[in-house]
Amino acid sequence: MTGSGLGLGAGLSADSVAIAFDGRAVLGGISLTFRPGEVTAIVGPNGAGKSTLLACLVGLRKPGSGVVRLDGQPILSLPPRDRARRIGFLPQSPEIAWGLEVEVLVGLGRIPHAGAGGLSAADNAAVAQALAATDLAAFARRDVTTLSGGERARALIARVLAGQPRWLVADEPLAGLDPGHQLDAADLFQGFVRDDPGRGVVVTLHDLGMAARIAHRIVVLARGAILADGTPGEALTPEVMAQAYGVDARYHAGPGGPAFELVGRLKS
Amino acid sequence: MTRRGLTVIASLLLLLALLSGLSVMSGKVWAPFSAWTAGSDDPRWAIIFELRIPRTILAVLVGGALGLSGASLQGYTRNPLADPGVLGVSAMAAFGAVMTLYLGLSASAPWVMAAAGMAGAMVGVAALLGLAGTSGGMVTFILAGVILNTVASAGVALALNLAPNAWAAQEIIDWLMGSLADRSILDVRIAAGPIVVGALILLSLGRALDALTLGETGARTLGIDLNRTRILLALGVGLTCGASVAVTGVVSFVGLVVPHLLRPIVGERPGALLVPSALGGAALVMAADILVRLTPSAAEVKLGVAMAALGGPFFLFMLVSMRRRLT
Repeated sequence: MTGSGLGLGAGLSADSVAIAFDGRAVLGGISLTFRPGEVTAIVGPNGAGKSTLLACLVGLRKPGSGVVRLDGQPILSLPPRDRARRIGFLPQSPEIAWGLEVEVLVGLGRIPHAGAGGLSAADNAAVAQALAATDLAAFARRDVTTLSGGERARALIARVLAGQPRWLVADEPLAGLDPGHQLDAADLFQGFVRDDPGRGVVVTLHDLGMAARIAHRIVVLARGAILADGTPGEALTPEVMAQAYGVDARYHAGPGGPAFELVGRLKS
Repeated sequence: MTRRGLTVIASLLLLLALLSGLSVMSGKVWAPFSAWTAGSDDPRWAIIFELRIPRTILAVLVGGALGLSGASLQGYTRNPLADPGVLGVSAMAAFGAVMTLYLGLSASAPWVMAAAGMAGAMVGVAALLGLAGTSGGMVTFILAGVILNTVASAGVALALNLAPNAWAAQEIIDWLMGSLADRSILDVRIAAGPIVVGALILLSLGRALDALTLGETGARTLGIDLNRTRILLALGVGLTCGASVAVTGVVSFVGLVVPHLLRPIVGERPGALLVPSALGGAALVMAADILVRLTPSAAEVKLGVAMAALGGPFFLFMLVSMRRRLT
């Protein structure tokens, strides 16, 4: 919940990160430490500052004040290639400009590692591994423009996995996927930290049920401030939901896995 | 480099070697291999060494420069219609070069016109990146190109309008049409340095152009410094395009056509298209130059005119086949 203390701990941390656009505060002094071995979901209403926070976390945006640290070092002081090797970022609705073959697209994830001469044997092995992990080996030679939405989303996740980052940061990675493909993608994120507890995942999600299901920890962001931070049961309380979204909602830790029930809109 | 890429490069090199042989032999005077060894008393010897060989080398340099800058601009803008001609970079180079003709500076030193052409091209790329912004879409880039083309051709028209005499105006018009005819080894010396340096700069951008496939955000999170990429792109296109326009005039559509033809064979990864586009550009310009030399007409058809005549319909065909993607 607090900043990184002396700033030396392992992990990805935001220390009093604040940012304003045209005088309007988007983030008002956020301090968070993301721990390895966890999937952390950042949820919150539209315009809460989730995407802006992620952009600061991966070093795409310089905060107005405050600092983001990766393993104790200010992220903006890291050489860009070094940063790219350690943090894989999946932006919201990513662009793919050309009709690349799936394995070529996934190979782009090796750019921070590859030498000038193109992909090495180790690079190709990482690509093959990412394709296998996302169940795309059979699609390696397919043109990405011919893929379905679910296959395309998997290919883009594979692109990030191919870079073998320690941190996987994704902005709304499940948006636009049907429930089956949402679960497939969620499995990939959980598997990412399960396979190596030194790795961590930070995702923003709109679907609270999905957040409750896949995240070890949920951070509720509203109007640029942290409203709640804890396990799904701790964070998704009726009070927090009412305050953040103005809805009546209940979280149940049911026998078949966590469930989230939306009762209705609260009259203000 | 994939095996497919290497095969394409090897085939293009072979094609280029065959065309070079043909280029040295063909023209108004046929100079077969026997003339090469005939010695310097044979009049064909002078034709080969003083005219045909410089012309052939220039075709490789200029065609390679145009093909490579087209592929680089397409990669950077993520737009298959980008080309130094379409985006107004060639026109800006021509404007720079024409100013030296108009002001009579071109005669003062042989490199003045090339320097002005390169300066014009670099201003052109810089203006293009400035006008289209950092996240310019396909349409914004094309419109920025329309503006540059308009401004540059207005400048050229003004130079023609104010030309002190008919002879000066004719000199500008002749040069503008774009040709490899009657170029000497001096032109090769002027163009070779900037084109080679510019080409090396553009070839170093392969990885950044690949990363840009994922958009500017994607490229930045892959560790690409986009400001550096933009500066190197302006320098590389400025040097290659500026120097080639300065020695041959405007030869358009090479940068548009060549990457488009190679994409189905090499694949669409922008970095993989750079070397094949340079070789393909060289082959296309040389083939077109051989054809204009062999065309039986009283005056030789200018290379730039021939390329525009072929490239215009090709551009139209591309536009029609891509119409849905442009809206």
